[in-house]
Amino acid sequence: MLRLASLLTLFFAVLAPAHAAPVLTVYTYESFTADWGPGPAVKKAFEAKCGCEVRFVSLADGVAILNRLKMEGKNSEADIVLGLDTNLTAEARNTNLFAPHGADISTVTIPNGWSDPNFLPFDFAHFAVIYDSEKIKNPPKSLDELVNGNPAEKIVIQDPRTSTPGLGLLLWMRSVYGDKAPDAWKKLSKRVLTVTPGWSEAYGLFTKGEAPMVFSYTTSPAYHMIEEKTDRYQAAAFSEGHYLQIEVAGIMASSKQPALAKDFLKFMVSTEFQDIIPTTNWMMPAAKTSARIPEAFGKLVNPSKSFLFTPEEVASKRKVWTEEWQASMAQ
Amino acid sequence: MASQHGSIGKNWPSAGALLALAVLALIALPALVALGWSSPGMGSTSASFLWQAASFTLFQAVLSTLISVVLGVLLARAISRRQFFGRGFLLRLFALPQGLPALVAVLALVSLYGRAGFISRFWPELPSIYGLNGILLAHVFFNLPYAALLTLIALQQVPREQWRLAQMLGMSERAIFRVIEWPVLQNALPGIAGLIFMLCVTSFTIVLTLGGGPAATTLELAIYQALRFDYDPGLALALAMGQIGLCALLLSFLAKFRPPFAETARLSLGPERASLSRSGNPVPDMIIIILSALFILLPILSVILSGLTADFSRLLTERILWRAIATSGGIAFTAALIAVLIAYPLALAAIRLESKGAVKKARIFEAPVELTLLLPPVLLGAGWFLILMPSTSSVGYAPVLIVLINAIMALPFVYRSLAVSLRRLVAHEDPLCESLGIAGWSRFSLIDWPILKPAFRAAFTFAFLLSFGDFGVIAFFGSDSIVTLPFLIYQRLGSYRTDDAAGIALVLAVFSILMTQAFSAFGRKEHAHD
Repeated sequence: MLRLASLLTLFFAVLAPAHAAPVLTVYTYESFTADWGPGPAVKKAFEAKCGCEVRFVSLADGVAILNRLKMEGKNSEADIVLGLDTNLTAEARNTNLFAPHGADISTVTIPNGWSDPNFLPFDFAHFAVIYDSEKIKNPPKSLDELVNGNPAEKIVIQDPRTSTPGLGLLLWMRSVYGDKAPDAWKKLSKRVLTVTPGWSEAYGLFTKGEAPMVFSYTTSPAYHMIEEKTDRYQAAAFSEGHYLQIEVAGIMASSKQPALAKDFLKFMVSTEFQDIIPTTNWMMPAAKTSARIPEAFGKLVNPSKSFLFTPEEVASKRKVWTEEWQASMAQ
Repeated sequence: MASQHGSIGKNWPSAGALLALAVLALIALPALVALGWSSPGMGSTSASFLWQAASFTLFQAVLSTLISVVLGVLLARAISRRQFFGRGFLLRLFALPQGLPALVAVLALVSLYGRAGFISRFWPELPSIYGLNGILLAHVFFNLPYAALLTLIALQQVPREQWRLAQMLGMSERAIFRVIEWPVLQNALPGIAGLIFMLCVTSFTIVLTLGGGPAATTLELAIYQALRFDYDPGLALALAMGQIGLCALLLSFLAKFRPPFAETARLSLGPERASLSRSGNPVPDMIIIILSALFILLPILSVILSGLTADFSRLLTERILWRAIATSGGIAFTAALIAVLIAYPLALAAIRLESKGAVKKARIFEAPVELTLLLPPVLLGAGWFLILMPSTSSVGYAPVLIVLINAIMALPFVYRSLAVSLRRLVAHEDPLCESLGIAGWSRFSLIDWPILKPAFRAAFTFAFLLSFGDFGVIAFFGSDSIVTLPFLIYQRLGSYRTDDAAGIALVLAVFSILMTQAFSAFGRKEHAHD
């Protein structure tokens, strides 16, 4: 055991480059740092100009990142936290661990605008129902049509208690139906094939052909069009409008490299960073890009109306709304 | 390991067992204390929700266990009395399902029994896999082969002379079951059932993905929710303790069915009953064996087939894949070794105490092993993280913690796999060795090791496969230096790369199959020693 531990230590010591340059530690989520994700290109581009080393620590998702910060508090190694979404920022702000980002937000192009002093967006997407065009010829044109549609045509959704898209659908239903959401959920439940703990399980069932619809993002078809060269999977445009997910980053107040961290956030909303986002993170850029975004992104559903509860509303209502959801779905 | 043989005569266990117990406590308890300590103020959860979650948890777990154990016994009996082509190969594969990552297994089952599944195409009236059906199906897929394997180990403890006698007397199948098989099963089944029950209680991905909706809500989900979205370690801990309490009650109920330790005649073992008694009509047995083999092998075949569509010319050149294979293998090997080293002295102590009638004392060594399964690995991970966090970079500890937590999770499996052979060892060899004064290392190497070798191999294989396919703790530490195969599968599934994920699942399955064929003792010559 001891020998293994020392071998492992040695192994990692060899892996770690012997840099004297300052290290900027960025907590983020796994798919950001994957080989095909934005991480490697972002690291390379920023290191070329900062004279520093970017170190990613990747956790499962935004919720896991926030929990890690709550555990670590002021002792955290993180300088930058990248990958929370606006449903988590109220809770994140309440930890008092974040410093103002101090960046110029005039370049930020987010539907409904942006004004948060602590968190800066790096990408966004709208939630959407993705359907298999080989199986569904008349996709629902509104959330209401989805709710009241043919129960034999099934959809796979995610659990709001464990998953970010699951929470997104919960908030979307609230935005459209208000206090009548529980009734709408009861109707929708007849079309729900199953409720999965995360996005991966749901999307896996969908691509296996178990259900002709799945809850995901407006940007999902872009992946299939660009990487798999197929138009088969499309997003259904809903007339009421779509719920928005905005992914953000912030600077830790405890960071020992505050200047470097500020530079990173500035870099994050620059064209160089934003150019990387669309085809690596499969999300919409949150600021101007220089390169033309691939054509496929132009074909995506572009909602005319975006729903978004304030982070404070989400923080105070999430529990009650989730319990309501559970009660109406369990019947 | 030699030390524990010094104290056979005393009614108190060896230093080795106490040490193992201490190690176990050292791994689990500080984490739990840290969780309780750190809690900013415990929230609450509605009583009606908890009631619903607890009752559904118990309901599905009891049903899953009953079906798995009953079918497992039928299958084990059928296999024990028939000889057929590929018997050893099949038995070795029985260790495989437990080692598959839950999501991989779920997707494999769905591609067979789902709405667009292979079997549903030929049999459209197949009831929907989403709901209780699917949960039971998946749990039986995981646990039936395991139940059958352990039952078979138990049946192999029947002395050869007894089979010969039964044959000479022309005993009916019914009489054989009552007189020969039942006493053996009575010893083994409470432990097997208890273990499977706990696996079904803590099942998470299966229950949620196939459950159909929040009506299928378990305590494990409540724990997960408390720890994640609500970040309330205190509540998570309280819920986990509630789950442990509930299961401890049920286990102590099961323990009542265990007969007192009985000294059996010292006779040579007859594991290969199949070669002795070919009585009765082979057709029902073969039907059971073929159906079960299809049930267990088809999903594995499906994992392999759907993996073949992956782009291996690219996948196999990815360095990260090879690193993941090495990391997963290293973690699994170390975790399995530690699990065997902790479980062996504990099992030996418990069984010795039991043989001397100290049943309550025996439970002290047995219960902690069983109940560790109910501690969600993430909970242990979170607790240890809280302890180590202030000192230094937690990432450095991650590999050690992952190995230890995996070892703990494998303990109950290792314990069960060793227990049956140990019972015989204690009953037969202890009195003899004591009278001859053989003890210590010479006893272990000359007497115990040859008898226990197959059990050790089975235990090690199980523990290895469990850790090899485990995803649980690794995600929590989020260190980029530790990338395992299940981690890669989940990562690719999480970013549209379904084909890659299927390809890596195939790699995992192939390595697991190689592992079972290389290490597992089933169907090997050495198993048939006297």
